[in-house]
Amino acid sequence: MLTLKSLQAGYGRVPVLKGISLHVRAGEVVTLIGGNGAGKTTTLRAISGLLPPRKGTVEFDGQDLTRMPAERIVTLGLALVPEGRRVFTSLSVTANLELGAYHRRDKGEVRRDLEAMRQRFPILKERAHQAAGTLSGGEQQILAIGRALMARPRLLMLDEPSMGLAPRMVTQVYEILAELKAAGTTILLVEQNARAALKVADRGYVLETGRIILDGTAAELREDPEVQRAYLGKGYKEVWE
Amino acid sequence: MTAYVLHLAIIAGIYIILTVSINLIIGYAGQVSLGHAAFYGIGAYASALVSLNWHFPFAAAALAAMLVAGVCGLALGLPTLRLKEDYLAIVTLGFGVIVDLIFLNLGITGGPDGLPGIPPPSFFGLSFRQPWLYLVLVIVTVILVLIATYRLVDSYHGRALRAIRDHEITAQVMGINTPAYKVFIFTLAAALAGLAGSLYAHYITFINPETFGLHTSILILTMVVLGGMGSILGSVLGAVILTILPELLREVHAYQDLVYGGLLVVLLIWRPEGILGRGKLSLKFLKKEG
Repeated sequence: MLTLKSLQAGYGRVPVLKGISLHVRAGEVVTLIGGNGAGKTTTLRAISGLLPPRKGTVEFDGQDLTRMPAERIVTLGLALVPEGRRVFTSLSVTANLELGAYHRRDKGEVRRDLEAMRQRFPILKERAHQAAGTLSGGEQQILAIGRALMARPRLLMLDEPSMGLAPRMVTQVYEILAELKAAGTTILLVEQNARAALKVADRGYVLETGRIILDGTAAELREDPEVQRAYLGKGYKEVWE
Repeated sequence: MTAYVLHLAIIAGIYIILTVSINLIIGYAGQVSLGHAAFYGIGAYASALVSLNWHFPFAAAALAAMLVAGVCGLALGLPTLRLKEDYLAIVTLGFGVIVDLIFLNLGITGGPDGLPGIPPPSFFGLSFRQPWLYLVLVIVTVILVLIATYRLVDSYHGRALRAIRDHEITAQVMGINTPAYKVFIFTLAAALAGLAGSLYAHYITFINPETFGLHTSILILTMVVLGGMGSILGSVLGAVILTILPELLREVHAYQDLVYGGLLVVLLIWRPEGILGRGKLSLKFLKKEG
């Protein structure tokens, strides 16, 4: 579905991505893990059209996204849940959700989706008219995911959804991701929290200082000693159960 | 005494339109405009010139004012709205100064002496020279502008605008064509300021460059900040308060600019959301956004 080929991107004179290639197949959950500054957010920015790549290509279902403006890309079926949630703070929860469906023309279906979203995430119904800025971090994350889902995306991209959340909220968010996976949503998950990400993903790539240094199935990565040492912690055990 | 109150009311009405227009740019689209009085002036001069030279009736002159001001807003907005805030601020400031200089130096605008003898409006043969009649005209216009603004703000597009204000990049990712929206709002705001200019010109029946300079741009800015950016009712309040204030400060006329500048600084430090901006007092307004 999504293919990146030798993608290079950076900010001004600073090169961040030094030629990465990855792919996501329909129905898969693929995770991109790496530490701070590895280039994970830059990758998502390059895909979403927020950052024009220097070299390389981004292809989605046969279409070349490489230099497409951001506002067109969402109409092709990609939705992004940005780093730090980035809900529209002064708008109500409902308005945020409605904005997720901004580019959709089928207004009747949008209304139905909105109702379905509120059933699925009762917290959104509870706080429907509250300004999004007044929600807690975890609630905002759920709102951001809901907002992205309102676009009925074919590919859902999440940028560090666990960042800054209490462990209980992280579990909740990842349960949602697991449900989306079970429903067949294709997901590209960028995370620093490798443990959580590798539990829900099918496959993964490890990004370090702008290059992909490792890739494989989630199981393979979990067993890999390098990954264990660098990203999963020594003496890694399943602590989430 | 009543004549004086009528005068204040008319001026307040004109400033309400101006404040609401700049609120669209600053409070709703989240952009900057430090030379907004330029559009006020462009509208005033355009309206004056078409009535003086081509005998346009008031309605047509006002429309012409909106058109010309709007086009100028478009011309300024298109190349500059891609700039980051700081640069946009400087550009709009510079634009205000340039337009001021143009008014001062062009023969057709009468230079520093301005344009006298602008005909007051007349509808159905009735001349609106009388202040109370003019006030009716102003009130009707203000109401129309407020209704239109409320409807814009509450709409699908209004939501997109506020999303741009809150987080421009995320708005782009949702499919919102942010540059197009910014230019649209800038143009609309310029047109509204032009309308205010027309109302001013045909009321005072004399205009000169002094009214449309930096001083006025700052005044409008103070009004919108005081009332609360992003609140239409706030703009009305800010305009009214700051129209009355100079009258109360008439004794210390020389210090007016000091007061306005000081007020602006104090507000931005201690209560940037103004009276009715997004703060404790504004909860009622937020509920509307549901």
